[in-house]
Amino acid sequence: MFRLLAIAAAMAIATSFTVDAKKKKDIVEAYPALAPYFSTPVTEAVQPDGNGFIRRWLLLEPISKPNRTNTVFVDSYLRENLDTGWNKDGFEVPSDGQVEKMEVEYQAPVDMSAGRPRNPFETPPVEIVKAKLTWHALDSKLFNVKLYRYAVGTETGRYGAIFRAVTVIDVPEDMENVRLAVGSNSASMWWIDGEEALILSGDRRMVMDDGASRRLTLKKGRHIITGAVINGPGMSDFCVRFIDENGDPVLDYDILNK
Amino acid sequence: MKKMTKYLAAAAAALVSVSSLAQEGKPWIHDPSTIMECDGKYYTFGTGGGGLISEDGWNWYPGAVRPGGGAAPDALKIGDKYLVAYSSTGGGLGGGHAGRILTMWNKTLDPSSPDFAFTEPIEVASSQVDEDCDAIDAGLFMDPATGRLWVTYGTYFGFIRVVELDPLTGARVEGNEPVDIAIDCEATTIIYRNGWYYLLGTHGTCCDGVNSTYNIVVGRSRSVTGPYLDNMGRDMVAGGGKMVADGDDRQFGAGHFGRYIVDDGVEKMSFHWEADLDRSARSVLAIRPLIWENDWPVSGDLFRNGVYEISSVRRGYALELAVDFERQQIARRGWRMDPDEPIVSYPNQTLEDVVGKWPSGNVDARIGDWMNRPHQRWSITAVPEAGGYLGGQYYKICIEGTDRVLTAVEGAELSVNEGFTGAPEQLWRIEQLTDGTFRIMPKAVPGSNCQYVLTSVADSTPTLAKWNFASDNCKWNFRQLSF
Repeated sequence: MFRLLAIAAAMAIATSFTVDAKKKKDIVEAYPALAPYFSTPVTEAVQPDGNGFIRRWLLLEPISKPNRTNTVFVDSYLRENLDTGWNKDGFEVPSDGQVEKMEVEYQAPVDMSAGRPRNPFETPPVEIVKAKLTWHALDSKLFNVKLYRYAVGTETGRYGAIFRAVTVIDVPEDMENVRLAVGSNSASMWWIDGEEALILSGDRRMVMDDGASRRLTLKKGRHIITGAVINGPGMSDFCVRFIDENGDPVLDYDILNK
Repeated sequence: MKKMTKYLAAAAAALVSVSSLAQEGKPWIHDPSTIMECDGKYYTFGTGGGGLISEDGWNWYPGAVRPGGGAAPDALKIGDKYLVAYSSTGGGLGGGHAGRILTMWNKTLDPSSPDFAFTEPIEVASSQVDEDCDAIDAGLFMDPATGRLWVTYGTYFGFIRVVELDPLTGARVEGNEPVDIAIDCEATTIIYRNGWYYLLGTHGTCCDGVNSTYNIVVGRSRSVTGPYLDNMGRDMVAGGGKMVADGDDRQFGAGHFGRYIVDDGVEKMSFHWEADLDRSARSVLAIRPLIWENDWPVSGDLFRNGVYEISSVRRGYALELAVDFERQQIARRGWRMDPDEPIVSYPNQTLEDVVGKWPSGNVDARIGDWMNRPHQRWSITAVPEAGGYLGGQYYKICIEGTDRVLTAVEGAELSVNEGFTGAPEQLWRIEQLTDGTFRIMPKAVPGSNCQYVLTSVADSTPTLAKWNFASDNCKWNFRQLSF
């Protein structure tokens, strides 16, 4: 009985959300709780903010991945669970509203009815359920993309999730010796044009320039940046920018969402 | 610096290799002059004539040539020429104290050069028998603030004095009268930094072998002619002086200070040990990092073999091998503790606990939270056959108990490679900086002719980048581990 309810609940979350979003065609209008943190893109392209942070992203609704602790996020775990090939050969930038069908792990959420976990060590069984998750194009109002607010605001999750993020940059001239610099809560992996650029393992806090890729040359033209952030309990978010050889932000390029 | 000193002092003597603590070769010298670089080689002159030459700054051999004999020379490069000062002496403390300070020029310090020829020496200062000064132990100083040239001189017999010289001729400025700036010390010299003039002098007993108490002290002034006050406000004319360098564990009698600026934030001090117990109690050349603490100079330490945490100054995280963090299987205790429960001491995680789970081959380096785990413990040992640099030798940096070696790789990045080859990209120069932290630089980076240093490009990401003393990204601390 419990298993069926759990599956039904998960399906209901995903399904109802997708329908609402399609009706209003504006995720922020549909879910006003997003408004302090996100806006709907209205221009074709934006540039990084004054500190070089990329604020325009396509975010997939959280993929349920129950973890009651973040201490499991070692390198090998991340490669197994985040580097699944989802952004590799044949990958195309998802469109706003595009739906992904997948099987996800589901675990009954911690009972927060008393305002805090009734039993933080309870570990209900993990079930495999089918889910439909939707991509949403958003501009972050903050330098850091508040994934937790995104999940809670859209009523699609809270803790124990993998977040996938995609953006497209258009580089006017070759950019040599730049690095992708990331901070994330919690662990994350990042790719440029499908090539792994950075892994941030462990129980991470969001710190600007926490980790950086090796030196990169970005050729003139479009490049796809993809990321996956995983969190158990905690305030999921990330911040991403390019820095130059001196650690200064790179500012001169466009950010698209297609 | 204090952190480093504390931990180095605690290091077991057995961990210390003799070769890592003193200049190699035949560095026998007494009263060394300030080290000069000439055409890629280093030179220092000593009492009695002659001196030492080094091609790398670590291995020193006799061969420098200085005529005139006498005591305690000094050298200074002015334009494209070298000014050498030395003194003829009245015979030491029991002598007559009729001394003379002389200067002479040379286009080169390389005795094999066809240009090698000293000019006739010029007397620039002197003392008479029983005068309150003994004109020996010259110390040359070009004031970078004014372009004026000075020489200090004197010994335990009365005052230390300073007179002005003409930087074009090396002769004394006509009509210039000596000024008393200190008393009862010797081997003085002046240096300048951040608006302060520093007078370095040597106190204690000279020339008594292993019982020499020679030590280097300092006072400072806003004027080149003093007064030079120590940290307690005592004038050096009244005997004041703050300690810069005294005895070490096996070497004693630090005297005859000389300053050498290697790079922005990288300075060395040269001096001699009156006696090195590991080298037949001979008088030997010493070169140490010069540290500036609250605008006071103090001697740093040579780096010593051992097992270390290497932490970034940027964030304080520790350099580590980028492998999975292995949890220690010790139960969490929470906050509901039985106060009467017996105390148990758990062991640290060991290499054997985790090494089998590490991937083979080359692995990235990373910076992470310090937990004293095997992938964070770096064994650092000197590689004597690899030569050196001014005041130091090259080191192999590897994960303790393994052959996983920190390696510079093409593209000015880092890797931890399996196997030590002795190649330049696996040899590391470790130098204490003027602020007490360290820079770590590979002898060479494949595919590049540039000099790079170990750098934090992000809190968790090490790389190699160009040296910038103004950036904490380029600085590291070492903590020697006690087991």
